[in-house]
Amino acid sequence: MKKVYKIDVDCANCANKMETAAKKTPGVKDASVSFMTLKMHVEFEDGQDPATVMQAVRKNCKKVEDDCEIYL
Amino acid sequence: MNKKQKKMLIRILASAVMMVVLAFIPAEGILQFVLYMIPYLTVGYDILWKALKGIKNRQVFDENFLMAVATVGAVALAVYDRSGDYTEAIAVMLFYQVGEWFQSYAVGKSRRNISELMDIRPDYANIEVDGKLQQVDPDEVEVGSVIVVQPGEKVPLDGVILEGNSTLNTSALTGESLPREAKPGDEIISGCINMNGLLKVKTTKEFGESTVSKILDLVENASSRKSRSENFISKFARIYTPAVCFSALALAVLPPVVRMTLLGLTADWGTWIYRALTFLVISCPCALVISIPLSFFAGIGGASKAGILVKGSNYLETLSQTKIVVFDKTGTLTQGNFEVSGIHHNEMENHKLLEYAALAESASSHPISRSLQRAYGQELDRSRVSDIQEIAGSGVIAQVDGHQVAAGNDKLMNKIGVPFIPCHSVGTIIHMAVDGQYMGHIVISDIVKPRAKQAVQELKRAGIRLTVMLTGDAKKVADNVASSLGIDRVFSELLPGDKVEKVETLLQQKPGRDKLAFVGDGINDAPVLGRADIGIAMGALGSDAAIEAADVVLMDDDPMQIVKAIRISRKCLRIVYENIVFAIGVKVICLVLGALGFANMWLAIFADVGVMILAVLNAIRALFVKKL
Repeated sequence: MKKVYKIDVDCANCANKMETAAKKTPGVKDASVSFMTLKMHVEFEDGQDPATVMQAVRKNCKKVEDDCEIYL
Repeated sequence: MNKKQKKMLIRILASAVMMVVLAFIPAEGILQFVLYMIPYLTVGYDILWKALKGIKNRQVFDENFLMAVATVGAVALAVYDRSGDYTEAIAVMLFYQVGEWFQSYAVGKSRRNISELMDIRPDYANIEVDGKLQQVDPDEVEVGSVIVVQPGEKVPLDGVILEGNSTLNTSALTGESLPREAKPGDEIISGCINMNGLLKVKTTKEFGESTVSKILDLVENASSRKSRSENFISKFARIYTPAVCFSALALAVLPPVVRMTLLGLTADWGTWIYRALTFLVISCPCALVISIPLSFFAGIGGASKAGILVKGSNYLETLSQTKIVVFDKTGTLTQGNFEVSGIHHNEMENHKLLEYAALAESASSHPISRSLQRAYGQELDRSRVSDIQEIAGSGVIAQVDGHQVAAGNDKLMNKIGVPFIPCHSVGTIIHMAVDGQYMGHIVISDIVKPRAKQAVQELKRAGIRLTVMLTGDAKKVADNVASSLGIDRVFSELLPGDKVEKVETLLQQKPGRDKLAFVGDGINDAPVLGRADIGIAMGALGSDAAIEAADVVLMDDDPMQIVKAIRISRKCLRIVYENIVFAIGVKVICLVLGALGFANMWLAIFADVGVMILAVLNAIRALFVKKL
């Protein structure tokens, strides 16, 4: 399953960091962050609940880049 | 400016004003320290906080950490020296924040620029219910519904015009400012703006499948594919930051220890710690990590403004290294629709001859017969035709207005025993015989696009080593088109599968660093688009297969767009390299100066913030592609 989330982040490199963090989160099959459109595309692994996974993604992103936000 | 930026600006200004005021206040000792800490914390508290959080989350070595250590160190040094010179420490923080603010503002500005230009998402569709217009979500409109597009509105879904004439503004899609005429029967694509007439459109696609959705998807996903330069920079930053931190530590500790133990001099801790802190400020990698992704962001944005959609920064990079361009002929260099280009040796009026030919061929749906009908240009009265006999591979014989009309190639003429005049023109020749009398022949050919020749020449000038044309057409036709355009190599009479093979051979023959681009119209050349180093689909509006298979999509079908795409990519990559060389160069020089003690904190601030601002400004240049 794929979902798109709106995000807020200040610099292109921070967006890259978020992308790496999101990819490493368990339950996420693939993720990509578009700095241009401020959107995060997340592909979830089968049988995962997007809402819970996204909480973890958000937490991991905050870890690498304090100044970011994912609008869930 | 958004809320965050406004807040930051106020903090920067407040802190700067306090610094000026403090310069006139004669305070000493503890009081001075406390007073100076107010502007320092005002401007830098979040950096210190982020650095602490970074340490907690084991993301130690980032810019925040560098800045926190450098400024806290400088403050500590001033306390230790009892010099009371806190200005430098605060200035480092202040200017660092100015730089950050500036880049955030610049990015926001260019993002808005791009998104305004790509603002093609329709908000609603009009449906007529009981004679009244109702606005509905484009997502809810079913295929085959009739929608109404009023003047000034965006066309929300792909479809066919049922009623109404208008001009369409396609500039958001193609970058082409010339309006396009639209009349009943024309296909219409979503994302165009209806300029003057009321149109009734029968939709042919759902919203999710419409051109507009496809394009938006593509643009939004563009930056997810990283280029080699970007990967290089993020790897570089990962090694670089810890490396400079340890170098700085070594610079602070080793020389004093050596001086004390081996040389018997005083340790002079203050000087060396100051140099180490300067070193830290200089080394901040912001200029690189910010400007490189920003250059690609601006390059891709600028390209989409010009109607060139690049699916990722890696493709922009590959495109800039292109040395070989392989074209598909039909639809890429030529119009792809066959037109009557000449009528020779005719014994009757041109128009009459065309009329007979069109009528005789009226039962066929072959492109040739359609081009005859187009050239004739009037409604055909099919009742005038009877006894149509199609002779496979030769032509047709039919009764038209009581005359026997034969239309076909050399074989047909030989078969019915009519002597004919062979044609020297290139194209498909249709000989005409009426009641056994030779009446001349009609030449039908695919027309070369008006700017194809110019495009090939410009490509050569832009340093493309080899141009190749692949086509399924006859050798005579292919050679003629190629020589008229100045194409280096031609492979003709190819089946679709052969094209992939040819591209593979070309890929093997080329030197490793040169890249090969294939340009096609996406109609049955999707495998080739995928096989080439970079696949460019042109005139792709409405062709899903092309949008999916290609790496670069040209929304217009003007061959000059290929040249433009290559120029945009070259400009973007030039900016990327300029920034890499400039930023690393200045930093290396300043680092050496800093280590040797020739650089003070102010030079360090320039090496950090100044370089970053210059690099960001340079990166934004990639957005401007109009004159390329």
